[in-house]
Amino acid sequence: MTIALETRGLEKSFGGLRVTRDLSLKVEQGARHALIGPNGAGKTTVINLLTGVLKPNAGQILLEGNDITNLAVHKRVLRGLSRTFQINQLYADLTPLETIGLAVSERLGRGGDWWRRMGTRNDVNEEIAETLGRFHLLDVMNEPTATLPYGKQRLLEIAVAIATKPRVLLLDEPAAGVPESERHDILAAVAALPRDVTVLLIEHDMDLVFSFADRISVLVNGAMLVEGPPDEVARDPQVKAVYLGEAADV
Amino acid sequence: MTAVSDVSSHAIARARWRPAEIAFWVLAASCAFLFPSRYLIMTDILRLALFTLSLDLILGYAGIVSLGHAAFFGVGAYSAGLLALHGIINEPVIALVVAGLVAMVLGFLTSFLVIRGVDLTRLMVTLGIALLLEALAERFSNITGGTDGLQGIEMQPILGLFAFDMFGKTGFFYSLIVLFLLFLLARRIVNSPFGLSLRAIKNNPLRASAIGVPVNRRLIAIYTVAAFYAGIAGALFTQTTALASLDVFSFERSADLMLVLVIGGTGYLYGGLIGAVVFKMLQELFQTITPQYWLFWIGLVLVVMVLIGRERIHRWVLWGPNLIIRQVFGRKAGVAVPESDAP
Amino acid sequence: MTTLFTILFDGVAYGMLLFVLACGLAVTLGLMNFVNLAHGAFAMAGGYICAVLVNNQGWPFFSALPLAFVSAAAIGVALERTLYRHLYTRSHLDQVLFTIGLTFMSVAAVDYIMGSSRIFIKLPAALEGQFDFFGVGIGRYRLMIIVICGLLTVALQLILAKTRFGSRLRAAVDDPRAASGLGINVPQVFAFTFAFGCGLAGLGGALSAEILGLDPYFPLKFMIYFLIVVTVGGSSSITGPFLASLLLGIGDVAGKYYVPKMGPFVIYTIMIVILIWRPNGLFGRAAAR
Repeated sequence: MTIALETRGLEKSFGGLRVTRDLSLKVEQGARHALIGPNGAGKTTVINLLTGVLKPNAGQILLEGNDITNLAVHKRVLRGLSRTFQINQLYADLTPLETIGLAVSERLGRGGDWWRRMGTRNDVNEEIAETLGRFHLLDVMNEPTATLPYGKQRLLEIAVAIATKPRVLLLDEPAAGVPESERHDILAAVAALPRDVTVLLIEHDMDLVFSFADRISVLVNGAMLVEGPPDEVARDPQVKAVYLGEAADV
Repeated sequence: MTAVSDVSSHAIARARWRPAEIAFWVLAASCAFLFPSRYLIMTDILRLALFTLSLDLILGYAGIVSLGHAAFFGVGAYSAGLLALHGIINEPVIALVVAGLVAMVLGFLTSFLVIRGVDLTRLMVTLGIALLLEALAERFSNITGGTDGLQGIEMQPILGLFAFDMFGKTGFFYSLIVLFLLFLLARRIVNSPFGLSLRAIKNNPLRASAIGVPVNRRLIAIYTVAAFYAGIAGALFTQTTALASLDVFSFERSADLMLVLVIGGTGYLYGGLIGAVVFKMLQELFQTITPQYWLFWIGLVLVVMVLIGRERIHRWVLWGPNLIIRQVFGRKAGVAVPESDAP
Repeated sequence: MTTLFTILFDGVAYGMLLFVLACGLAVTLGLMNFVNLAHGAFAMAGGYICAVLVNNQGWPFFSALPLAFVSAAAIGVALERTLYRHLYTRSHLDQVLFTIGLTFMSVAAVDYIMGSSRIFIKLPAALEGQFDFFGVGIGRYRLMIIVICGLLTVALQLILAKTRFGSRLRAAVDDPRAASGLGINVPQVFAFTFAFGCGLAGLGGALSAEILGLDPYFPLKFMIYFLIVVTVGGSSSITGPFLASLLLGIGDVAGKYYVPKMGPFVIYTIMIVILIWRPNGLFGRAAAR
């Protein structure tokens, strides 16, 4: 199998605190890989390192074999590495149409067009319509995002990421905070992601992880604890200890 | 496919001309015939409107707070003045464009300082650049005329046809046409994919880059364009008044500009135009009360506007006009509502 | 060689004065992320109050100085409680507009009450002139500034490092949310710090009448200097602004002495170079706030 996303010896410290320790991770092409870990394990830092918001102190990040460690955030997106956000960071006063339109325009290299009105290029419009349709957002495409139900907003979050046509998608707790009634839509959307898109799911919710992932990495204190297929990870005594320990805290 | 045509029509809708907009421009043009004795003050308003439009592009659309936008106004003003004074370019329109381009180059060069760092750094850099230019103009007084300013500028007829007259009629129409053309361009820019990406950057730059927007490149581009606009406004000032002195760079000019923009509202292009009218009227009013303490009243207006809340004031003010628009054109008619300034 | 020392001496005096003027701004910015462009107005208030007390009421200079501090702090507290606190959660644009408005009002008000010309404060004879120290001319007034500001800096450092209030303040600057989680009353800490910073600015304003010149446009003229101190120095400690002030003071004095025609450019050039090199300031935190 080819490796879609790889980290080699990734290190990140804030002040004297080592938040990511010698992290080496391989995500195979087309995989449904999950990165789990208790609160404070450093999952968010890993996402920020992968997407380029933070620069590692040491180590490398490779996307399909190419070193992207020093690439700017938006360039990684154009190379095919996208993410969703855990906390709602959608544009409140933009409509779903505009949000998706932004992503599509940028991907097609038309984002800098200043002489042309939005909506006058057919290739862009078709893609917007297709994406909105796939995520059941056509009926609300002209409403300001802030007024949408929370579940629709989470769908839009995934839709935006998909609109950038990623080859590797980082899903950061896609179902966080979604009410039970709307949860199904999200899970269906995640399950329906095209197989050629490699997915790295960063998640807290164990049900979602075990129903979705074919491979799981467990992160504890910024370092890799265990990696393997779900059943193996579920049986692992170290993992049990970590999660039972945490459950006892709650 | 119907979804595609839906997408297209919704996307274009934002850029469609609204009746209120057309009415606005008709009214602006008819002012020439309504108040034939007041060309000078009306030209003053037009220049200020163009200058404010420039600030709206960076502040209202890209979220860059500038304390020194007068830098570009001043460079435009001196460029136009020097071109005319030394007879380098005699035709006003060409000189206007050249002066705008000079300011644009400066905007491009300084944009690299402005896009880096946080709001506070931007405040310091923009203010610092304007002060630096003011000091430069003072230092090289042999070229700029120092505190006296450039003396003896004589403007040639526009396109060789329309001479500037002492009542300012030519100057008024000239300024109005320049403002309208540049407004059309700005309107096109903000309704383009480029303009959409600016709104996204203003809202959340990190999120924008995660969608694939090259944030820095966009900010450099709009800052450069805004510098061009400000330079043109400055050049218009020199061309229509035959003056250019050190105060074109002053901090008060930059601060007034912010006041004009927030009076009119940011992020919908008309803010600068409406703000300029209101500001000049306020100025006339306060200057008849206490001419030398105008600064106090500007300060008071700023403080009160912020304390009450800019959006709330705009809602109150727009309540009347919007009611009329709805009555005349029906409920669905586009109403003039400035976008919120949420950070 | 001796001119070099004189320049260094004058520069240090100037820099220390700037530090006392601006350090309050550094702390309020670090603590509440509040952009207060009206900071210079508090300095001006202190300066004018001191001038009125000394020149018109015949107070001795050294007893008027503490009063400059107290009255500027009192004005600071009054404004903080009535106006500023409504703006902490607002956008930077609102804060900028509001504080520019206050600055303009203070400029026009002082102009109206006191006139627009520069004022001087009558100094005691002991502070006038200079003496010779191994061939280096030492201005008495500047020496006093270095002594006073130096003591203040040491005192500030001690307060921050040793007292309970200091540790609360540091915790609050570091992370206001976490600090209030720990039971620290952040608004109270802030109000106190704000008042103290205004007081220091008032004291600085009184001291600066002789060196920087005091007129109604003081808050506008020195706005850029305060901004430079804070942006170059960063707001995570007071060491950063202190070093930035010294750098600014020495740079400005040296620039005006060696290249008088290029006076102000030296400072702006240093500022631009530093910002290209370190966008978040020389001693700033890496994370943008």
